[in-house]
Amino acid sequence: MLEITSSNARNWSRLGSRGVFGQAILALAENRPDLMVLSADLGNSSGLGRFKQSYPDQFVNVGIAEQNMIGVAAGLAKENYTVFATSFAPFIAMRASEQIRMNMGYMGFNVKAVAIGSGVSMAYLGNSHYGIEDAAIMRAIPNITVVSPADCAEIVKCVYAAADFDGPMYIRLTGGPNNPMVYTEEYEFVIGKAITLREGSDITIIANGTMVYQSLEAAKLLEAQGISATVVNMHTIKPLDTSVIDKAVASSKLIVTVEEHSVIGGLGSAVAEYKSGLRNAPPQLTLGLPDHFGKTAEYPYLLDAYGLVAGKIAQSIAAKYAE
Amino acid sequence: MNEQHLRAIAKQMRRKILDISHTCNMSAHLGGGLSMVDLTATLYGDVMNYDRSNPSWEGRDRFVLSKGHGVLGYFSALVVNGVISEEVFNTFQTNESDLIAHPVMNLALGIESSNGSLGQGLSLAVGMALAAKKRGQKHHIYVLLGDGECNEGSVWEAAMSAAQFKLDNLTAIVDYNRLQSDGAGADIIDYIHFEEKWRSFGWNVCSLDGHDIPAIHHAFTECTVADKPKVLVAHTIKGKGVKFMENNNDWHHNRLTKPFYEQALLELEGN
Repeated sequence: MLEITSSNARNWSRLGSRGVFGQAILALAENRPDLMVLSADLGNSSGLGRFKQSYPDQFVNVGIAEQNMIGVAAGLAKENYTVFATSFAPFIAMRASEQIRMNMGYMGFNVKAVAIGSGVSMAYLGNSHYGIEDAAIMRAIPNITVVSPADCAEIVKCVYAAADFDGPMYIRLTGGPNNPMVYTEEYEFVIGKAITLREGSDITIIANGTMVYQSLEAAKLLEAQGISATVVNMHTIKPLDTSVIDKAVASSKLIVTVEEHSVIGGLGSAVAEYKSGLRNAPPQLTLGLPDHFGKTAEYPYLLDAYGLVAGKIAQSIAAKYAE
Repeated sequence: MNEQHLRAIAKQMRRKILDISHTCNMSAHLGGGLSMVDLTATLYGDVMNYDRSNPSWEGRDRFVLSKGHGVLGYFSALVVNGVISEEVFNTFQTNESDLIAHPVMNLALGIESSNGSLGQGLSLAVGMALAAKKRGQKHHIYVLLGDGECNEGSVWEAAMSAAQFKLDNLTAIVDYNRLQSDGAGADIIDYIHFEEKWRSFGWNVCSLDGHDIPAIHHAFTECTVADKPKVLVAHTIKGKGVKFMENNNDWHHNRLTKPFYEQALLELEGN
C-alpha cells in the first residue's frame, strides 16, 4: 500500500502522472489476484513496464486495437475480474467510445478505463494525442463515473478507490512529469465527494486535475488583491457533488470552474447544468481549453498560452469579479 | 446426437418465430432469425452444457449473440428448450419487455449480453474465454456473428487477439447467409475468400452447410485443433424454412401479417 508522505510526494511529482499510475497499479496487484491490466500496445508509455514484468499473467496487450480492448476488458469483468484498461485519452475515449457505451455504460461491466495523458500534456505529439473532449463524451454516457485526480498522490488514492468501486469508471489523468503536488500527506478520498481545500468568503473556485494546484496558487494571488476564495477539488465530475455548489451559491458572489479540458461539456458544463436550476445563483466564469485545435508546443507553454496557470487564472477571475 | 430430436427442436423454433412475429404485430428481423435456427437448435438442443432451471450456473457454456438482430433465432431456442417460459417469450416486442429486437443482458433469462451494435460480441467473448483460460475453467464460449457484421473492423481486431491468446475454448459461428440490410453482401463488401480470411487470422475453420444438423453437430464437437479458436462458417439461407422468405431480403425486417403468416405456416408444415 503506497502512502502519501512528503518524500513520496516529491518523488511522485518528478515521476509524473503516468509513472505514478504504474507504481500504484503495481502496488495494488500485491493483494489482487483478480486484477487484470490491459493495454493497446502502450504499456511502456503508460507506466506499466514494471507491472508487465512482475505480473505477466495479469497483463494483456491486445495490440493497437482499442475497440477490442474494451470488449475483452468487459468479457474479463463479466467473469469477475477487476479490469483496468489503459490507453491515451483520445484513443480510449473516442476510438472505443461506442464499445465503452455498450460494455461499460449499457451492460455496466466493472471496467476502469484509464486515460493516460489527457488534457494537452502530450505537447508536441499534437492535437491527435490530446484529450480535450473526453470528459464531455464519457460524462454523457449513463452509468459511467468520471474522475480526474488532482495530482500524483490523488492518482494513487484513485487507483485504490477504483479497484474497490463496483462499477465502470473513466479515470482521466492530466499532467506530465514534474507535476505540482496538492497533497503531501494522507487524506480521505471518496469517489463522488468533493474536497474543499481552502475556505474563502467572496468567490468559489471549483477545479479538477492539474487545475486544482493552479487554482490554489491563484487563490493566494487573489487574497493579496483582497478577494477571498474558496477552492474545491471536484475530482469526480460524474456524479457531481452538488452540495458544494449549493454552498457556493449561498455564499459566493462568483463561481469559477477551472479544468484542463474543453470549456464545452466538462466540469464547467456540469456545474452550470446544476446551477442553472437554482434561484439567485451568482454568475459563473468557465476557464478551460478553448474550442479549437491550436498550434502545438511544450506542455508548460500551452498551459500558459491558454491562461491555465495561476497568475493568468487570478487575472481572469479578478477581471470578472470587478464587472 | 439425436438428429430427429434436433430437427424437431428446429421446427418448433421456426414455428415459434412465425407465431410471435405475427402476434407481436410489428416488424421483426425474420430473415436472419430463420437462417440461424439450425445452428442454435443444435447448440441448445445438444452441444451446450447449461442448466435450464438455473441459467446463471457458473459452470455453464456461454453463448453470445453478436448479430443482435438475430433474436428470433435465439429467444426461440431459449423457449423451446425451457430456459424461458412461454409467458416471457410472448412479451416479445411489447412495452417494457425483457425481450426486444436485440438482446438485453439478463442472466435469469439465460441472456449473456446486451447487443445490437454490430462488431462487438466477439471481443466480449474473447475476454470471457480468456478469463476461463486464466482460471483453468472448462466451460466453452460460443459467439454467433453475421456475415454482414464482419464488415466491422473490430471483428478482425478480436479475431487476431483470439488466435494470439490461443483460445481453443472459443467457437465463433458465422451465419453466412450472404444478405445484409441493404442487399447482397457481394454487391456491398464482397466476402471473397471468407474462409481463407479466418484461416489467415490463425483460426481453425470449419466450412459447412448451416442447415445440415449432423454436419453442424460434428463441427461443434469434433474438428478441434489445440490452441486455436474455431470458427464455423455456416453457409445458410436467409429466411430458411419459409419458401417465400428464402433469399428474399424483403424479409430482413418485416411485418408478418395474417395472409403471409398463414402461407408461412403451410410452407413450414410442408417442409
